[in-house]
Amino acid sequence: MKNITLSLLLVAGSLQVWGQKHTLESSAVSFFSDAAIEDISARNSKSAGIFNSETGDVVFSIPIGDFEFEKSLMKEHFNEKYMETEKFPKSTFQGKLSGFQLTTTGEQPAKAIGKLTIHGITRDVEIPGTVEVVNGKTIMKSTFIVKLVDYKIAIPQLLWQNIAEEIEVKLEFTFKAQ
Amino acid sequence: MSGMNKLVLLCFSFFSTTLAFAQDDLMKELEATQKPEVNYVGQTFKGTRIINGQSVETKPKGALEFIFSHRFGKVNDGAFTLWGLDQAYVRLGFEYGLTDRLGIGIGRNSVDQTFDSFLRYKVARQSSGAKNFPLTITAMGTTNIKTSPRPSDNPLLTFEDRLSYVGQVMIARKFSSRFSAQINPIFVHRNTVKKINENNDDIAIGAGARYKITRSLALSGEYYYRLNQKDNTPYYNSVGVGLDIETGGHVFQLLFTNSLGMIERTMIAETDGNVKKGDIRFGFNISRTFQIQKPK
Repeated sequence: MKNITLSLLLVAGSLQVWGQKHTLESSAVSFFSDAAIEDISARNSKSAGIFNSETGDVVFSIPIGDFEFEKSLMKEHFNEKYMETEKFPKSTFQGKLSGFQLTTTGEQPAKAIGKLTIHGITRDVEIPGTVEVVNGKTIMKSTFIVKLVDYKIAIPQLLWQNIAEEIEVKLEFTFKAQ
Repeated sequence: MSGMNKLVLLCFSFFSTTLAFAQDDLMKELEATQKPEVNYVGQTFKGTRIINGQSVETKPKGALEFIFSHRFGKVNDGAFTLWGLDQAYVRLGFEYGLTDRLGIGIGRNSVDQTFDSFLRYKVARQSSGAKNFPLTITAMGTTNIKTSPRPSDNPLLTFEDRLSYVGQVMIARKFSSRFSAQINPIFVHRNTVKKINENNDDIAIGAGARYKITRSLALSGEYYYRLNQKDNTPYYNSVGVGLDIETGGHVFQLLFTNSLGMIERTMIAETDGNVKKGDIRFGFNISRTFQIQKPK
């Protein structure tokens, strides 16, 4: 019994270490702020990430300065005033994806539990989404809400009508085997 | 608890710690694959002007800035003119970003009915990371046409006589997210001057700085020291202090200065306010940026 347990653990351990690694082939991160005066949206396709399909471990990193806006002034304000990009150039997530089978076809609901870092603040989060395997590529999609106050992103009083307090973030990542 | 259970528990705790480590390792692996990036420093100053003088800033590609500037009369005129507010001088200006680094602009100043046109180019950008450079450097050339007096009032004055030129290099550093400073050598050539106490060619060194009090408010100041003035010059070195207020699409600059004109020619060569006597004027620059062409 003891041997079985041990060998199971060893197998699990080695799987974890040698599990199949996938890297980001394409990524789309966007957010949307719906406020009284002005709707603001931005897109970013410069993320990097690694997904371990055996363990479900997933990490990704989003370069904040690469969000593209409709107006260059929005981009300036976003980086200078809100995200302090010179100080905090990246947002990251490290966690574990669960609730799905890589062998199943079609879109499956899944969730990622882990640590999300935005504006230098790290929080434990649970992000809902979907996972789909198409031709060996793993496509992850998620839409979730980020509350600015949670990440100490303050809105100057003069701008309170231009910026929403909650931002809708959308992720779409396509991972392929390394 | 039996010995075996203890062992299993130990293994499990080991297993779960390695799990957490696995994500950290994965993050390290990710960071290792990422190329070091060049981080360019932006927004050294809030606007293209510090007070009267220019800053290193250029407009991003496709952005059009409209600047509406006002200078009032001298504060020491007293209550009769509401401390100068009865008099108002205006400059209306446009600046457009042809690229993120090359800008073109025009303006019209009610002082001497002067038109100005300029090109500015950001030669170097302050950056950190993969490429380290400590300064942002912008070069700028301006041509001014003084349309006053009317040709019919002074037929002898030719078109060339009305022209003046300015060349300057702005060198700035953003020391922290709050504090930026700039030095700019500046050269002004006027085709027509009063030879008795003025030069055709004037050289000055400008120094300016801003300090952000909050994310939307900043204090700024500038001083231009003239290097080659005649001893009998009736003019003074230009000085100014201001408060920048930034909202969504506007920058408001409220300021006090001893200069009247809102272009370099008048600021360097024709500043008539003696600060020691209290010849100070209130004024403001309001800039609004419009996105004409979508970025990317």
